[in-house]
Amino acid sequence: MSKGILAVDNRGKRELGADKLVGWDEVTQGIVLTSFEGDAANIASLKAEERTYSDFNSYTATVASWRVIKPIYNRDICIDCQNCWVWCPDSSIISRDKQMLGIDYDHCKGCQVCVEVCPTNPKSLLMFVEAEEIETALAQWPEKKKN
Amino acid sequence: MAKKYDINEVEVWDGNYAASQALRQAQVDVVAAYPITPSTPVVENYGNYVANGYIDGEYVMVESEHAAMSGCIGAAASGGRVATATSSQGFALMAEVLYQASGMRLPIVLVVVNRALASPLNVRGDHADMYLGRDSGWIQIDAFNAEEAYDLTLCAFRIGEHMSVRLPVMVHQDGFITSHTAQNIHPLSDEAAYKFVGDYKGVDDMLDFSKPVTYGAQTEEDWHFEHKAKQHKALMDSRTVIDGVFAEYGKLTGRNYKRVESYMMEDAEVAVVGLGSTVETLRVAAKQLREEEGIKVGIVAPRCFRPFAFDEMADALSGVKAIAVLDRSSPGGAMGAFFNEVSAAVLSSANRPLVTNFIYGLGGRDFSIQEAKRIIREQKAHADAGHITTQIQQFSGLRGPKLGFFEAKRS
Repeated sequence: MSKGILAVDNRGKRELGADKLVGWDEVTQGIVLTSFEGDAANIASLKAEERTYSDFNSYTATVASWRVIKPIYNRDICIDCQNCWVWCPDSSIISRDKQMLGIDYDHCKGCQVCVEVCPTNPKSLLMFVEAEEIETALAQWPEKKKN
Repeated sequence: MAKKYDINEVEVWDGNYAASQALRQAQVDVVAAYPITPSTPVVENYGNYVANGYIDGEYVMVESEHAAMSGCIGAAASGGRVATATSSQGFALMAEVLYQASGMRLPIVLVVVNRALASPLNVRGDHADMYLGRDSGWIQIDAFNAEEAYDLTLCAFRIGEHMSVRLPVMVHQDGFITSHTAQNIHPLSDEAAYKFVGDYKGVDDMLDFSKPVTYGAQTEEDWHFEHKAKQHKALMDSRTVIDGVFAEYGKLTGRNYKRVESYMMEDAEVAVVGLGSTVETLRVAAKQLREEEGIKVGIVAPRCFRPFAFDEMADALSGVKAIAVLDRSSPGGAMGAFFNEVSAAVLSSANRPLVTNFIYGLGGRDFSIQEAKRIIREQKAHADAGHITTQIQQFSGLRGPKLGFFEAKRS
């Protein structure tokens, strides 16, 4: 699994609001939360890791603390069809140039949709309990099913 | 570019028409509305002005008052000058969304033509809807007649849109008595009115694509309290802005408004405190009683129902011995809400006046000058006796056996 993108971006660095509980005089007017730092007019043309996400943006926060089962991705079987990327409701499938790179565990809620839509045999994504180590999971991956 | 509207130095307008002309002169960008009696003509006229080219704006017909205020919030958050009007049941259906507007700090102007709340169903004027809005975080300004409805609607845009306020504003007038009674009105010219109101200046507009923002975030016990406190402070701090806007409007028109309006209070021994069109009835009664019976009576009325002018109210009543506070809303098992607020204000003053509460005029029941005089004479009797000689809460103008509650224990 490529860790390049996860290493350079700032996603999932903190619990939203947990590190800086300011007083009433410092909260934003009207609970308005900005999404990006600086001029964002061109933001849609940038890749996620290139964007200047603000502290208020949930991209920079961990919002997956209540997940109890997690998908684990097996690169050896994946055919890069992008089905999981299309269907993931939390944009938690990380893909670049049509190549599946891994799962954003800071935002994945463990809904299992990616596993359901994966067309390979065996599946390239399977659900495991939250505490499972990725290496252990990969070692016990099922064999191809034959009729 | 909107067409020019010919306007005379003196016009004969009712309160609804006056408010709609103020919306036209402020060149409101969006009105999302679900018309309801007796406020219907306010938004109907706005739609008319748009259709005939007198406003560069958008009239959005929605499916309920809940949707009307929701549409206003969307338009205001997008970055437009927004207004609507409602009454009674419509106001009640809007109630949930009123809190959203104030919490999001959107300077929407809502013309509220006060009307009773069902059941029984009733289209006439009382203050049940106005009271329903009192904790909603809106500024609430009260017009006692049609000309004031015009003046205060123009002022409402200036107040709400002020950079240090950014809060929604209700402008109240009494259903039918004010909204449907024509009187001479001295409007500003379109140029002067627009110059007074000024161009709309956006804050955190959702249509500003260079700065995407989230409106309506969820907060729990970790953040909610701080946001509500900041909002309350903005409402409290709006008092000085309101004073400033009223002063500027006074220079322009000669019509000077104050957050608490006092009439013949200089030497008053007793006072009546009221709201809405009743204030004018009370003033006539007070003037006549001073001439006819020599009772030193004055009339006090809050121009701003919210933010409540706690200190100005106490100051206005600091010299009197007895006060009647008139509530035109069914109190639902307590003293009138307005009585409670005025009582709390005078409790901190040294004179410690005798305060009684009248529930009157529900569902548009007429409040006569004769009844106002009877109430004033009763206050004089309390003042002379040095204690409250009646029950503390009484019903005024009610048929059937006398209805009242609570005996005064102190003498």
